[in-house]
Amino acid sequence: MSPLDELYREVILDHYRNPRHRGSLNGPHVHAEGLNPSCGDEFALDLSVEGDTITDVAIQGQGCSISQASGSMMADAIVGRNFDEVEDMIRKFRLMMTIDEGDNPVDPERPGAVLGDLEALQGVRKFPVRIKCADLAWTTLTDALAKARANA
Amino acid sequence: MIDLSALRADFPILQRTFDGRDLVYLDSAATTQKPVQVIEAVDAYYREKNANVHRGAYRLSAEATDAFEQARTKVASFIGSPRSDQLVFTRGATTALNFVAYGWGLHRLGEGDRILLTIMEHHSNIVPWQIVAKLTGAELVYLGLDDDYQVDLTELDRVFDERVKIVAVSGMSNVTGARGPVDELVAAADGTGAIVVVDGAQLVPHDRVDVAAMGADFLAFSAHKMLGPTGIGALWGKEERLEEMEPTEGGGEMISDVGLTESRWAPVPHKFEAGTPPIAQAVGFGAAVDYLDKVGMDTVRDHERALTAYALERLAEVPDLRVYGPRDVDRRGGAVSFELGDIHAHDVATILDEHGVAVRAGHHCAKPLMRHLHVPATARASFYLYNTPADVDRLTEALLDARRVFGLA
Ligand SMILES: Cc1ncc(COP(=O)(O)O)c(C=O)c1O
Repeated sequence: MSPLDELYREVILDHYRNPRHRGSLNGPHVHAEGLNPSCGDEFALDLSVEGDTITDVAIQGQGCSISQASGSMMADAIVGRNFDEVEDMIRKFRLMMTIDEGDNPVDPERPGAVLGDLEALQGVRKFPVRIKCADLAWTTLTDALAKARANA
Repeated sequence: MIDLSALRADFPILQRTFDGRDLVYLDSAATTQKPVQVIEAVDAYYREKNANVHRGAYRLSAEATDAFEQARTKVASFIGSPRSDQLVFTRGATTALNFVAYGWGLHRLGEGDRILLTIMEHHSNIVPWQIVAKLTGAELVYLGLDDDYQVDLTELDRVFDERVKIVAVSGMSNVTGARGPVDELVAAADGTGAIVVVDGAQLVPHDRVDVAAMGADFLAFSAHKMLGPTGIGALWGKEERLEEMEPTEGGGEMISDVGLTESRWAPVPHKFEAGTPPIAQAVGFGAAVDYLDKVGMDTVRDHERALTAYALERLAEVPDLRVYGPRDVDRRGGAVSFELGDIHAHDVATILDEHGVAVRAGHHCAKPLMRHLHVPATARASFYLYNTPADVDRLTEALLDARRVFGLA
Protein backbone atom coordinates (compact mmCIF):
# COMPACT_ATOMS: atom_id res chain seq x y z
CA MET A 1 0.00 0.00 0.00
CA SER A 2 1.23 3.50 -0.77
CA PRO A 3 1.74 5.83 2.20
CA LEU A 4 -1.34 7.75 1.06
CA ASP A 5 -3.56 4.69 0.97
CA GLU A 6 -2.19 3.68 4.35
CA LEU A 7 -3.01 7.15 5.70
CA TYR A 8 -6.53 7.27 4.34
CA ARG A 9 -7.66 3.75 5.18
CA GLU A 10 -11.24 2.89 4.59
CA VAL A 11 -12.08 2.78 8.28
CA ILE A 12 -10.74 6.33 8.69
CA LEU A 13 -12.77 7.66 5.76
CA ASP A 14 -15.82 5.86 7.16
CA HIS A 15 -15.46 7.53 10.57
CA TYR A 16 -14.84 10.89 8.85
CA ARG A 17 -17.99 10.59 6.77
CA ASN A 18 -20.13 8.88 9.40
CA PRO A 19 -18.84 10.08 12.74
CA ARG A 20 -20.12 8.06 15.71
CA HIS A 21 -21.55 9.70 18.83
CA ARG A 22 -21.95 13.05 17.12
CA GLY A 23 -24.09 15.58 19.00
CA SER A 24 -24.26 16.74 22.58
CA LEU A 25 -25.43 15.24 25.88
CA ASN A 26 -28.50 16.48 27.68
CA GLY A 27 -27.93 15.16 31.20
CA PRO A 28 -25.10 16.16 33.52
CA HIS A 29 -21.74 15.95 31.82
CA VAL A 30 -18.31 17.47 31.57
CA HIS A 31 -17.36 19.38 28.45
CA ALA A 32 -13.98 20.12 26.92
CA GLU A 33 -12.85 21.86 23.73
CA GLY A 34 -9.73 21.69 21.64
CA LEU A 35 -8.42 23.77 18.75
CA ASN A 36 -5.43 23.60 16.43
CA PRO A 37 -4.97 27.31 15.74
CA SER A 38 -2.49 26.72 12.93
CA CYS A 39 -4.99 24.77 10.81
CA GLY A 40 -8.35 25.69 12.36
CA ASP A 41 -9.41 22.15 13.29
CA GLU A 42 -11.90 22.09 16.15
CA PHE A 43 -12.97 19.26 18.42
CA ALA A 44 -15.19 19.18 21.50
CA LEU A 45 -16.69 16.45 23.62
CA ASP A 46 -19.23 15.81 26.38
CA LEU A 47 -18.63 12.97 28.83
CA SER A 48 -21.24 11.62 31.16
CA VAL A 49 -19.74 9.82 34.11
CA GLU A 50 -21.00 7.49 36.82
CA GLY A 51 -18.52 6.81 39.59
CA ASP A 52 -15.32 6.45 37.63
CA THR A 53 -16.91 5.06 34.49
CA ILE A 54 -17.68 6.91 31.26
CA THR A 55 -21.27 6.00 30.50
CA ASP A 56 -21.82 8.15 27.46
CA VAL A 57 -19.96 10.47 25.13
CA ALA A 58 -20.90 12.98 22.45
CA ILE A 59 -18.52 14.74 20.07
CA GLN A 60 -18.63 17.95 18.07
CA GLY A 61 -16.19 19.67 15.77
CA GLN A 62 -15.02 20.25 12.24
CA GLY A 63 -11.78 19.76 10.44
CA CYS A 64 -9.74 17.34 8.41
CA SER A 65 -10.48 13.63 8.10
CA ILE A 66 -7.68 12.65 10.45
CA SER A 67 -8.78 14.92 13.31
CA GLN A 68 -12.45 14.04 12.99
CA ALA A 69 -11.98 10.29 12.42
CA SER A 70 -9.59 10.10 15.35
CA GLY A 71 -12.27 11.71 17.55
CA SER A 72 -15.01 9.42 16.31
CA MET A 73 -12.95 6.26 16.87
CA MET A 74 -11.92 7.55 20.26
CA ALA A 75 -15.54 8.11 21.25
CA ASP A 76 -16.37 4.54 20.27
CA ALA A 77 -13.44 3.22 22.25
CA ILE A 78 -14.01 4.98 25.57
CA VAL A 79 -17.71 4.36 26.27
CA GLY A 80 -18.11 1.98 29.20
CA ARG A 81 -14.47 2.31 30.29
CA ASN A 82 -13.28 3.58 33.64
CA PHE A 83 -10.83 6.45 34.12
CA ASP A 84 -7.79 4.22 34.55
CA GLU A 85 -8.58 2.27 31.42
CA VAL A 86 -9.08 5.46 29.42
CA GLU A 87 -5.83 6.92 30.70
CA ASP A 88 -4.06 3.72 29.73
CA MET A 89 -5.60 4.03 26.28
CA ILE A 90 -4.43 7.63 25.94
CA ARG A 91 -0.93 6.53 26.92
CA LYS A 92 -0.90 3.70 24.37
CA PHE A 93 -2.32 5.94 21.67
CA ARG A 94 0.37 8.53 22.21
CA LEU A 95 3.09 5.87 22.12
CA MET A 96 1.63 4.38 18.95
CA MET A 97 1.57 7.79 17.29
CA THR A 98 5.15 8.57 18.42
CA ILE A 99 3.85 11.63 20.27
CA ASP A 100 5.45 10.21 23.39
CA GLU A 101 8.75 8.39 23.24
CA GLY A 102 8.75 4.67 23.89
CA ASP A 103 7.95 1.31 22.35
CA ASN A 104 4.89 1.03 20.16
CA PRO A 105 2.42 -1.07 22.21
CA VAL A 106 0.64 -2.29 19.07
CA ASP A 107 1.25 -5.95 18.17
CA PRO A 108 1.79 -6.24 14.39
CA GLU A 109 0.98 -9.98 14.61
CA ARG A 110 -2.46 -9.28 16.01
CA PRO A 111 -3.88 -6.18 14.30
CA GLY A 112 -6.52 -4.42 16.37
CA ALA A 113 -5.80 -6.41 19.53
CA VAL A 114 -4.46 -3.46 21.53
CA LEU A 115 -6.27 -0.33 20.30
CA GLY A 116 -8.95 -1.71 17.96
CA ASP A 117 -9.86 0.45 14.97
CA LEU A 118 -7.60 3.20 16.29
CA GLU A 119 -4.63 1.24 15.04
CA ALA A 120 -5.63 2.33 11.54
CA LEU A 121 -4.25 5.75 12.46
CA GLN A 122 -0.69 4.42 12.42
CA GLY A 123 -0.43 5.52 8.78
CA VAL A 124 -0.35 9.12 10.04
CA ARG A 125 3.13 8.56 11.47
CA LYS A 126 4.62 8.83 7.98
CA PHE A 127 3.14 12.36 7.80
CA PRO A 128 4.68 14.18 10.78
CA VAL A 129 2.83 17.45 10.11
CA ARG A 130 -0.48 15.60 10.49
CA ILE A 131 0.22 13.89 13.82
CA LYS A 132 -1.17 16.90 15.67
CA CYS A 133 -4.43 16.37 13.76
CA ALA A 134 -4.77 12.83 15.12
CA ASP A 135 -3.87 14.04 18.60
CA LEU A 136 -6.44 16.85 18.87
CA ALA A 137 -9.27 14.63 20.16
CA TRP A 138 -6.95 13.02 22.67
CA THR A 139 -5.67 16.23 24.21
CA THR A 140 -9.29 17.31 24.48
CA LEU A 141 -10.15 14.01 26.16
CA THR A 142 -7.25 14.48 28.58
CA ASP A 143 -8.77 17.84 29.54
CA ALA A 144 -12.23 16.37 29.98
CA LEU A 145 -10.89 13.53 32.08
CA ALA A 146 -9.10 15.94 34.40
CA LYS A 147 -12.39 17.79 34.87
CA ALA A 148 -14.25 14.53 35.51
CA ARG A 149 -11.67 13.44 38.08
CA ALA A 150 -11.92 16.83 39.79
CA ASN A 151 -15.69 16.39 40.02
CA ALA A 152 -15.48 12.82 41.29
CA MET B 1 1.16 31.62 -23.55
CA ILE B 2 4.45 33.45 -23.13
CA ASP B 3 7.15 30.87 -22.53
CA LEU B 4 9.11 31.90 -19.48
CA SER B 5 10.35 28.39 -18.70
CA ALA B 6 13.95 29.45 -19.40
CA LEU B 7 13.73 31.58 -16.25
CA ARG B 8 13.29 28.48 -14.12
CA ALA B 9 17.03 27.85 -14.27
CA ASP B 10 17.49 31.04 -12.23
CA PHE B 11 15.63 29.50 -9.27
CA PRO B 12 17.83 26.89 -7.60
CA ILE B 13 15.07 25.58 -5.34
CA LEU B 14 12.99 24.54 -8.34
CA GLN B 15 15.61 21.84 -8.95
CA ARG B 16 14.54 20.11 -5.75
CA THR B 17 12.78 16.78 -5.96
CA PHE B 18 10.51 15.01 -3.50
CA ASP B 19 10.37 11.21 -3.80
CA GLY B 20 12.08 11.53 -7.15
CA ARG B 21 9.60 14.02 -8.62
CA ASP B 22 10.29 17.64 -9.43
CA LEU B 23 8.85 20.08 -6.95
CA VAL B 24 5.78 21.89 -8.24
CA TYR B 25 5.71 25.05 -6.16
CA LEU B 26 2.23 26.57 -6.13
CA ASP B 27 2.39 28.68 -2.98
CA SER B 28 3.82 31.95 -4.24
CA ALA B 29 0.99 33.92 -2.63
CA ALA B 30 2.52 32.87 0.71
CA THR B 31 6.09 33.52 -0.35
CA THR B 32 7.95 33.34 -3.63
CA GLN B 33 11.14 31.52 -4.52
CA LYS B 34 14.34 33.50 -5.07
CA PRO B 35 16.46 33.74 -8.21
CA VAL B 36 20.25 33.43 -8.00
CA GLN B 37 20.46 37.12 -8.88
CA VAL B 38 18.84 37.97 -5.52
CA ILE B 39 20.71 35.32 -3.54
CA GLU B 40 24.01 36.49 -4.97
CA ALA B 41 23.27 40.17 -4.39
CA VAL B 42 22.71 39.46 -0.68
CA ASP B 43 25.79 37.24 -0.58
CA ALA B 44 27.95 39.84 -2.33
CA TYR B 45 26.74 42.56 0.01
CA TYR B 46 27.86 40.55 3.05
CA ARG B 47 31.16 39.60 1.42
CA GLU B 48 32.08 43.03 0.14
CA LYS B 49 30.09 45.90 1.61
CA ASN B 50 28.75 45.00 5.04
CA ALA B 51 28.79 47.86 7.54
CA ASN B 52 26.14 49.83 9.37
CA VAL B 53 24.44 52.57 7.39
CA HIS B 54 24.22 56.35 7.88
CA ARG B 55 26.82 56.19 10.67
CA GLY B 56 30.37 55.45 9.80
CA ALA B 57 32.85 58.04 8.64
CA TYR B 58 34.78 55.31 6.85
CA ARG B 59 34.42 54.38 3.18
CA LEU B 60 33.01 50.92 3.76
CA SER B 61 30.09 52.39 5.67
CA ALA B 62 29.53 54.89 2.90
CA GLU B 63 29.39 52.03 0.41
CA ALA B 64 26.86 50.16 2.54
CA THR B 65 24.77 53.31 2.84
CA ASP B 66 24.91 53.80 -0.92
CA ALA B 67 23.83 50.22 -1.53
CA PHE B 68 20.93 50.63 0.89
CA GLU B 69 19.76 53.94 -0.55
CA GLN B 70 20.19 52.68 -4.12
CA ALA B 71 17.83 49.85 -3.26
CA ARG B 72 15.31 52.43 -2.04
CA THR B 73 15.59 54.27 -5.36
CA LYS B 74 15.06 51.04 -7.32
CA VAL B 75 12.00 49.95 -5.34
CA ALA B 76 10.51 53.46 -5.45
CA SER B 77 10.92 53.71 -9.20
CA PHE B 78 9.53 50.17 -9.61
CA ILE B 79 6.17 51.45 -8.34
CA GLY B 80 6.41 54.74 -10.19
CA SER B 81 7.09 56.92 -7.16
CA PRO B 82 8.01 60.47 -8.17
CA ARG B 83 10.60 60.57 -5.37
CA SER B 84 12.54 57.83 -3.64
CA ASP B 85 12.19 59.42 -0.19
CA GLN B 86 8.48 58.60 -0.32
CA LEU B 87 9.41 54.96 0.16
CA VAL B 88 9.85 53.74 3.75
CA PHE B 89 11.51 50.38 4.31
CA THR B 90 9.58 48.26 6.81
CA ARG B 91 9.67 44.65 7.94
CA GLY B 92 6.94 43.84 5.43
CA ALA B 93 3.40 44.69 4.39
CA THR B 94 2.09 43.91 7.89
CA THR B 95 4.42 46.42 9.54
CA ALA B 96 3.68 48.99 6.83
CA LEU B 97 -0.07 48.74 7.49
CA ASN B 98 0.50 48.93 11.25
CA PHE B 99 2.59 52.08 10.75
CA VAL B 100 -0.34 53.77 9.03
CA ALA B 101 -2.85 52.55 11.61
CA TYR B 102 -0.77 53.67 14.60
CA GLY B 103 1.10 56.58 13.06
CA TRP B 104 -1.78 58.18 11.16
CA GLY B 105 -5.05 56.59 12.31
CA LEU B 106 -4.43 56.69 16.04
CA HIS B 107 -3.71 60.44 15.94
CA ARG B 108 -6.53 61.46 13.63
CA LEU B 109 -9.48 59.22 14.36
CA GLY B 110 -12.10 59.99 16.97
CA GLU B 111 -15.43 58.82 18.34
CA GLY B 112 -17.89 58.06 15.54
CA ASP B 113 -15.32 58.19 12.72
CA ARG B 114 -15.36 55.29 10.35
CA ILE B 115 -12.78 53.03 8.78
CA LEU B 116 -14.09 51.43 5.61
CA LEU B 117 -12.73 47.96 4.80
CA THR B 118 -13.67 45.14 2.46
CA ILE B 119 -14.61 41.68 3.66
CA MET B 120 -11.81 40.14 1.56
CA GLU B 121 -8.97 41.78 3.51
CA HIS B 122 -6.06 39.81 4.93
CA HIS B 123 -5.85 39.88 8.75
CA SER B 124 -2.96 42.35 8.45
CA ASN B 125 -5.35 44.88 6.93
CA ILE B 126 -8.06 44.24 9.55
CA VAL B 127 -6.50 43.66 12.95
CA PRO B 128 -4.43 46.91 13.13
CA TRP B 129 -7.62 48.85 12.32
CA GLN B 130 -9.55 46.97 14.99
CA ILE B 131 -6.94 47.88 17.57
CA VAL B 132 -6.88 51.54 16.55
CA ALA B 133 -10.70 51.67 16.37
CA LYS B 134 -10.87 50.39 19.94
CA LEU B 135 -8.38 53.01 21.12
CA THR B 136 -10.10 55.92 19.36
CA GLY B 137 -13.80 55.03 19.41
CA ALA B 138 -13.90 54.78 15.62
CA GLU B 139 -15.96 52.04 14.00
CA LEU B 140 -15.24 49.54 11.25
CA VAL B 141 -17.53 49.25 8.25
CA TYR B 142 -17.19 46.50 5.67
CA LEU B 143 -18.08 46.24 2.00
CA GLY B 144 -19.22 42.71 1.07
CA LEU B 145 -18.86 40.72 -2.14
CA ASP B 146 -21.09 40.18 -5.15
CA ASP B 147 -21.83 36.82 -6.82
CA ASP B 148 -18.58 37.00 -8.74
CA TYR B 149 -16.43 37.44 -5.60
CA GLN B 150 -15.85 41.12 -6.44
CA VAL B 151 -16.23 43.77 -3.78
CA ASP B 152 -19.86 44.89 -3.94
CA LEU B 153 -19.95 48.63 -4.61
CA THR B 154 -23.73 48.96 -4.77
CA GLU B 155 -23.67 49.82 -1.06
CA LEU B 156 -20.90 52.36 -1.46
CA ASP B 157 -23.10 55.45 -1.56
CA ARG B 158 -24.88 54.36 1.57
CA VAL B 159 -21.77 53.66 3.66
CA PHE B 160 -19.50 56.37 2.26
CA ASP B 161 -20.37 59.52 4.18
CA GLU B 162 -18.38 62.22 5.96
CA ARG B 163 -17.70 59.87 8.87
CA VAL B 164 -15.34 57.76 6.74
CA LYS B 165 -11.76 58.90 7.42
CA ILE B 166 -9.82 55.87 6.22
CA VAL B 167 -10.47 53.41 3.41
CA ALA B 168 -8.30 50.28 3.54
CA VAL B 169 -8.50 47.95 0.56
CA SER B 170 -6.51 45.10 -0.88
CA GLY B 171 -5.26 45.48 -4.43
CA MET B 172 -5.71 41.74 -4.88
CA SER B 173 -7.14 39.06 -2.63
CA ASN B 174 -4.73 36.36 -1.51
CA VAL B 175 -7.70 33.94 -1.30
CA THR B 176 -10.00 34.49 -4.28
CA GLY B 177 -7.49 36.29 -6.48
CA ALA B 178 -10.07 39.04 -7.06
CA ARG B 179 -8.74 42.50 -7.76
CA GLY B 180 -9.83 45.12 -5.27
CA PRO B 181 -11.78 48.20 -6.40
CA VAL B 182 -8.89 50.58 -5.79
CA ASP B 183 -9.80 53.04 -8.56
CA GLU B 184 -13.43 53.22 -7.48
CA LEU B 185 -12.56 53.76 -3.83
CA VAL B 186 -9.93 56.40 -4.66
CA ALA B 187 -12.58 58.20 -6.73
CA ALA B 188 -15.14 57.91 -3.92
CA ALA B 189 -12.68 59.29 -1.36
CA ASP B 190 -11.59 62.16 -3.59
CA GLY B 191 -12.46 65.48 -2.01
CA THR B 192 -13.96 63.94 1.14
CA GLY B 193 -10.80 64.14 3.22
CA ALA B 194 -10.71 60.37 3.63
CA ILE B 195 -7.41 58.67 2.89
CA VAL B 196 -7.05 55.42 0.92
CA VAL B 197 -4.63 52.75 2.11
CA VAL B 198 -3.89 49.99 -0.38
CA ASP B 199 -2.62 46.60 0.73
CA GLY B 200 -0.45 45.84 -2.26
CA ALA B 201 1.06 42.60 -0.90
CA GLN B 202 -0.51 40.57 -3.74
CA LEU B 203 -0.86 43.32 -6.34
CA VAL B 204 2.64 44.77 -6.57
CA PRO B 205 4.32 41.39 -7.25
CA HIS B 206 1.92 40.51 -10.05
CA ASP B 207 1.08 43.64 -12.02
CA ARG B 208 2.54 46.96 -13.02
CA VAL B 209 1.73 49.54 -10.36
CA ASP B 210 2.08 53.26 -10.81
CA VAL B 211 1.41 55.02 -7.52
CA ALA B 212 1.11 58.40 -9.21
CA ALA B 213 -1.69 57.13 -11.44
CA MET B 214 -3.27 55.03 -8.67
CA GLY B 215 -3.93 58.08 -6.51
CA ALA B 216 -3.98 56.22 -3.20
CA ASP B 217 -2.43 57.80 -0.10
CA PHE B 218 -0.49 54.76 1.07
CA LEU B 219 0.65 51.49 -0.50
CA ALA B 220 2.05 48.57 1.51
CA PHE B 221 3.92 45.54 0.13
CA SER B 222 6.44 42.81 1.01
CA ALA B 223 9.69 41.88 -0.73
CA HIS B 224 9.41 38.16 -0.06
CA LYS B 225 6.28 37.90 -2.20
CA MET B 226 8.13 39.37 -5.19
CA LEU B 227 11.35 37.33 -5.38
CA GLY B 228 13.08 39.29 -2.59
CA PRO B 229 14.25 38.35 0.90
CA THR B 230 12.07 37.96 3.98
CA GLY B 231 12.24 40.62 6.69
CA ILE B 232 11.76 43.61 4.44
CA GLY B 233 8.90 45.39 2.72
CA ALA B 234 7.85 48.92 2.03
CA LEU B 235 5.36 51.61 2.78
CA TRP B 236 4.95 54.17 0.05
CA GLY B 237 3.04 57.33 0.92
CA LYS B 238 2.06 60.69 -0.52
CA GLU B 239 4.48 63.35 0.66
CA GLU B 240 2.00 65.25 2.80
CA ARG B 241 0.66 62.03 4.36
CA LEU B 242 4.14 60.94 5.34
CA GLU B 243 4.79 64.39 6.82
CA GLU B 244 1.59 64.13 8.87
CA MET B 245 2.28 60.59 10.02
CA GLU B 246 3.92 60.08 13.40
CA PRO B 247 6.63 57.47 13.89
CA THR B 248 5.42 54.28 15.56
CA GLU B 249 8.87 53.19 16.66
CA GLY B 250 11.50 55.35 18.33
CA GLY B 251 15.22 54.73 18.46
CA GLY B 252 18.45 55.37 16.63
CA GLU B 253 18.49 56.62 13.03
CA MET B 254 15.04 58.21 13.20
CA ILE B 255 15.93 61.43 15.05
CA SER B 256 17.57 64.70 14.20
CA ASP B 257 18.02 65.67 17.85
CA VAL B 258 17.37 64.01 21.19
CA GLY B 259 16.87 65.95 24.39
CA LEU B 260 16.06 64.67 27.85
CA THR B 261 12.31 64.75 27.50
CA GLU B 262 11.72 65.33 23.81
CA SER B 263 13.25 64.68 20.44
CA ARG B 264 12.94 65.92 16.92
CA TRP B 265 12.45 63.49 14.09
CA ALA B 266 14.71 62.95 11.13
CA PRO B 267 13.15 63.84 7.77
CA VAL B 268 10.94 61.36 5.92
CA PRO B 269 11.58 58.48 5.25
CA HIS B 270 14.18 58.02 8.00
CA LYS B 271 11.85 59.09 10.81
CA PHE B 272 10.04 55.79 10.23
CA GLU B 273 13.17 53.65 10.14
CA ALA B 274 14.23 53.32 13.77
CA GLY B 275 17.25 51.19 14.52
CA THR B 276 19.57 49.35 12.16
CA PRO B 277 17.50 48.56 9.08
CA PRO B 278 17.52 45.26 7.17
CA ILE B 279 20.39 46.36 4.93
CA ALA B 280 21.29 43.16 3.13
CA GLN B 281 17.58 42.47 2.67
CA ALA B 282 17.13 45.90 1.08
CA VAL B 283 19.94 45.11 -1.34
CA GLY B 284 18.20 41.82 -2.15
CA PHE B 285 14.90 43.69 -2.60
CA GLY B 286 16.63 45.97 -5.10
CA ALA B 287 17.96 42.95 -7.00
CA ALA B 288 14.45 41.45 -7.01
CA VAL B 289 12.88 44.50 -8.63
CA ASP B 290 15.79 44.61 -11.11
CA TYR B 291 14.92 41.03 -12.04
CA LEU B 292 11.20 41.81 -12.40
CA ASP B 293 11.97 44.94 -14.42
CA LYS B 294 14.12 42.92 -16.76
CA VAL B 295 11.36 40.39 -17.38
CA GLY B 296 8.85 43.25 -17.50
CA MET B 297 5.77 43.46 -15.30
CA ASP B 298 3.47 43.40 -18.33
CA THR B 299 5.02 40.07 -19.28
CA VAL B 300 4.66 38.77 -15.73
CA ARG B 301 1.00 39.77 -15.67
CA ASP B 302 0.24 38.35 -19.13
CA HIS B 303 1.99 35.08 -18.33
CA GLU B 304 0.05 34.69 -15.10
CA ARG B 305 -3.21 35.61 -16.75
CA ALA B 306 -2.74 32.91 -19.39
CA LEU B 307 -1.62 30.38 -16.80
CA THR B 308 -4.59 31.16 -14.54
CA ALA B 309 -6.96 30.77 -17.48
CA TYR B 310 -5.38 27.39 -18.23
CA ALA B 311 -5.62 26.37 -14.57
CA LEU B 312 -9.31 27.32 -14.35
CA GLU B 313 -9.92 25.29 -17.49
CA ARG B 314 -8.09 22.22 -16.19
CA LEU B 315 -9.64 22.46 -12.73
CA ALA B 316 -13.08 22.49 -14.35
CA GLU B 317 -12.26 18.97 -15.57
CA VAL B 318 -12.00 17.71 -12.00
CA PRO B 319 -15.44 16.54 -10.84
CA ASP B 320 -16.78 18.01 -7.58
CA LEU B 321 -14.20 20.81 -7.56
CA ARG B 322 -15.50 24.25 -6.61
CA VAL B 323 -13.39 27.34 -7.27
CA TYR B 324 -13.90 30.34 -4.98
CA GLY B 325 -13.03 33.29 -7.14
CA PRO B 326 -13.82 35.22 -10.31
CA ARG B 327 -13.90 33.33 -13.61
CA ASP B 328 -12.82 36.33 -15.67
CA VAL B 329 -9.03 36.38 -15.70
CA ASP B 330 -9.01 40.14 -16.37
CA ARG B 331 -10.58 40.68 -12.97
CA ARG B 332 -8.28 38.45 -10.98
CA GLY B 333 -4.76 37.33 -10.31
CA GLY B 334 -3.18 33.92 -9.98
CA ALA B 335 -4.33 32.79 -6.53
CA VAL B 336 -6.90 30.03 -7.03
CA SER B 337 -8.79 28.75 -3.97
CA PHE B 338 -10.91 25.65 -4.18
CA GLU B 339 -12.66 22.80 -2.39
CA LEU B 340 -12.79 19.24 -3.67
CA GLY B 341 -15.93 17.22 -2.86
CA ASP B 342 -16.12 16.46 0.85
CA ILE B 343 -12.33 16.23 1.18
CA HIS B 344 -11.03 18.69 3.73
CA ALA B 345 -8.49 21.20 2.39
CA HIS B 346 -5.73 19.82 4.64
CA ASP B 347 -6.27 16.35 3.29
CA VAL B 348 -6.14 17.74 -0.25
CA ALA B 349 -2.86 19.48 0.59
CA THR B 350 -1.36 16.30 2.09
CA ILE B 351 -2.28 14.25 -0.98
CA LEU B 352 -0.92 16.93 -3.32
CA ASP B 353 2.29 17.05 -1.30
CA GLU B 354 2.74 13.30 -1.83
CA HIS B 355 2.66 14.16 -5.53
CA GLY B 356 5.31 16.84 -5.02
CA VAL B 357 2.78 19.64 -5.45
CA ALA B 358 3.02 22.34 -2.76
CA VAL B 359 -0.21 24.25 -2.07
CA ARG B 360 -1.51 26.08 0.97
CA ALA B 361 -4.57 24.94 2.89
CA GLY B 362 -6.50 26.70 5.61
CA HIS B 363 -8.09 30.09 6.23
CA HIS B 364 -5.25 32.03 4.54
CA CYS B 365 -5.27 34.71 7.26
CA ALA B 366 -8.67 35.87 6.01
CA LYS B 367 -11.16 34.48 8.50
CA PRO B 368 -13.86 37.13 7.90
CA LEU B 369 -13.76 36.25 4.19
CA MET B 370 -13.93 32.50 4.90
CA ARG B 371 -16.98 33.02 7.11
CA HIS B 372 -18.54 35.20 4.43
CA LEU B 373 -18.02 32.38 1.91
CA HIS B 374 -19.22 29.76 4.45
CA VAL B 375 -16.12 27.62 4.10
CA PRO B 376 -13.94 26.59 7.04
CA ALA B 377 -10.88 26.14 4.84
CA THR B 378 -9.83 26.05 1.21
CA ALA B 379 -6.85 24.70 -0.66
CA ARG B 380 -5.07 27.35 -2.69
CA ALA B 381 -2.78 27.09 -5.68
CA SER B 382 -1.00 30.31 -6.58
CA PHE B 383 1.21 31.05 -9.54
CA TYR B 384 4.17 33.21 -10.41
CA LEU B 385 6.41 33.84 -13.37
CA TYR B 386 8.31 30.55 -12.92
CA ASN B 387 5.22 28.33 -13.10
CA THR B 388 4.33 26.50 -16.29
CA PRO B 389 1.34 24.71 -17.82
CA ALA B 390 3.11 21.47 -16.88
CA ASP B 391 2.77 22.53 -13.22
CA VAL B 392 -0.97 22.94 -13.74
CA ASP B 393 -1.11 19.47 -15.30
CA ARG B 394 0.67 17.97 -12.29
CA LEU B 395 -1.83 19.74 -10.01
CA THR B 396 -4.77 18.36 -11.98
CA GLU B 397 -3.41 14.79 -11.93
CA ALA B 398 -2.81 14.99 -8.19
CA LEU B 399 -6.36 16.24 -7.61
CA LEU B 400 -7.74 13.32 -9.59
CA ASP B 401 -5.70 11.01 -7.37
CA ALA B 402 -7.16 12.73 -4.29
CA ARG B 403 -10.58 11.73 -5.59
CA ARG B 404 -9.39 8.14 -5.90
CA VAL B 405 -7.89 8.07 -2.40
CA PHE B 406 -11.15 9.37 -0.94
CA GLY B 407 -13.24 6.96 -2.98
CA LEU B 408 -14.89 9.67 -5.09
CA ALA B 409 -13.57 8.41 -8.41
C1 LIG C 1 -3.14 40.31 0.82
C2 LIG C 1 -2.05 40.25 1.84
N1 LIG C 1 -1.85 41.28 2.67
C3 LIG C 1 -0.88 41.28 3.59
C4 LIG C 1 -0.04 40.21 3.75
C5 LIG C 1 1.00 40.26 4.83
O1 LIG C 1 2.27 40.21 4.31
P1 LIG C 1 3.52 39.97 5.27
O2 LIG C 1 3.20 38.72 6.05
O3 LIG C 1 4.66 39.78 4.33
O4 LIG C 1 3.67 41.16 6.14
C6 LIG C 1 -0.21 39.10 2.93
C7 LIG C 1 0.67 37.92 3.07
O5 LIG C 1 0.37 36.89 3.59
C8 LIG C 1 -1.23 39.12 1.95
O6 LIG C 1 -1.42 38.07 1.15
